[in-house]
Amino acid sequence: MIISIASGKGGTGKTTVATNLAMAIGSDVQLLDCDVEEPNSHLFINPVFEKTITVTTPVPEVDEKKCNLCGKCDEICQFKAIIVIADTTVMTFPELCHSCGGCEKVCPENAIKETSRELGIIQKGYRNGIEFVHGKLRVGEAMSPPLIVKVRSFTKPDKFTIIDAPPGTSCPVIASMKDTDFILLVTEPTPFGLHDLKLAVGAVKMLNIPCGLVINRSDVGDNKVKDFAKKEGVPVLLEIPFDRNIAEAYSRGDMIVEKLPGFKETFLTLYNNIKKIVS
Amino acid sequence: MKELIIISGKGGTGKTSLMAAFAYLAENKVLCDADVDAADLHLITAPDILEKHDFQGGNTAIINKDKCTECGLCIDLCKWGAISETFEVNSIECEGCGVCVYFCPEKAIDFPLNTCGEWYISDTRFGPLVHARLGIAEENSGRLVSLVRNEAKKLAEEKGLDLILTDGPPGIGCPVIASIGGADAVLIVTEPSVSGKHDMQRVVQLANHFKVPAFLCVNKFDLNKDITDEIEKFAKEKGLTCLGYIPFDQNFTKAMVQGQTIFEYDSNSSSAQAIRKLWGSLLEKL
Repeated sequence: MIISIASGKGGTGKTTVATNLAMAIGSDVQLLDCDVEEPNSHLFINPVFEKTITVTTPVPEVDEKKCNLCGKCDEICQFKAIIVIADTTVMTFPELCHSCGGCEKVCPENAIKETSRELGIIQKGYRNGIEFVHGKLRVGEAMSPPLIVKVRSFTKPDKFTIIDAPPGTSCPVIASMKDTDFILLVTEPTPFGLHDLKLAVGAVKMLNIPCGLVINRSDVGDNKVKDFAKKEGVPVLLEIPFDRNIAEAYSRGDMIVEKLPGFKETFLTLYNNIKKIVS
Repeated sequence: MKELIIISGKGGTGKTSLMAAFAYLAENKVLCDADVDAADLHLITAPDILEKHDFQGGNTAIINKDKCTECGLCIDLCKWGAISETFEVNSIECEGCGVCVYFCPEKAIDFPLNTCGEWYISDTRFGPLVHARLGIAEENSGRLVSLVRNEAKKLAEEKGLDLILTDGPPGIGCPVIASIGGADAVLIVTEPSVSGKHDMQRVVQLANHFKVPAFLCVNKFDLNKDITDEIEKFAKEKGLTCLGYIPFDQNFTKAMVQGQTIFEYDSNSSSAQAIRKLWGSLLEKL
């Protein structure tokens, strides 16, 4: 079973829920941190990394001796990653390339071959019974979805897989949520939390995947998040009231299931409720 | 004219609430919300929308079943697996590269431009605001970010305003790169947690990579003073100026729940006082 933890708004507690859920379950569980722009789960899980892989994407390189400047590559490229200027020069902009392979395919002179651009790295490790994988986008790289897809390729069907998704509702989030069995949305009961939750629920509906809600810092705002959840038929699976002890534990990188009493049971109940919904 | 972008790396460190507070304090400015994916600034600024425009970005392939002979070439060519065995294009998966359109021997694939969001010019009690809304699950957030920044610049020129204050998105990817390129400065809002610090360090690297001057401020600095010290030490090593420290203050969240800036909610609160000082330091630097 694969579940993803998402939110719309950043900083609502996705990583707290993902890491503590993984820790409470403890065995036969995978945690894949797909927030490759700003991965944080490792700061809490502290895995022993045993493998680092560099992930690249193909980009074109032009052999200028073969190129006759016909301009077909320029014509097919939708991303302005290869251009022919004034019939005299061909230029590539590898950082704009989406790796569609169109230019190589269309070139009548066979003048384009594949080279690569680094997207980032993937690290894999363990802590006790938790298998941990995360991606780290190279600083300066714009495209995160291909790296997210690569992180997700480590999914093992016989395990319970938890995906920590990035904030927002655009392509990196969709890449993290699609083809999962369940989406756990984490929000806070504030106008920002509610507004971004509405967007996240919109994305979940588009993907047609069952979802449930965790309301974090559940006593800081108003009741509008609960009203919205009720109206949309999204079950509230867990409420975590604001507690300075939780905030401080989080700030240090401590796991609340280890440091604060009762939370291991809370997260195991959450786990069982998700399993019930999915089956 | 100066353009200041507020970013954080990590989400939820208080960018938008701080931005709203600056909107209250700043004079002669245009506000801009570049977090087009999950824009929240309008929840505090309550804009009156004056102009509304469609945002068109990218194309999506659509197979015309009347012309399609089901030869399967498009399925083989598509690097995103976006075309099903029944020759339907999944618009969420389609990257808009047009390779299938180009090579289809029957010319059976249409490639219409997508309307994938809206952008607005609005009036608020703090002055003009340029903002946008990217459709759910859409791509091209970077292009929409560039568009709202350009429109904010045009508006500032038209109105003779000398400051653009921009609320940026979280992360370090495409929309963030589009938000900070060519800006006069970025203010990085961090918090004293292991993740706040980790994400701030990556966003500092990003600002350096694109050669944009960066300043730092620490929100909720008293939540973990040890990490605040570590952040300060990191800033010193990197030659970054930390312009201010905002205390943990529940009024900050309460103001947001009321749809107000901290100054409208409680201008004597500890966070309001710290933000006033921070704004003073920031103006000096700009």
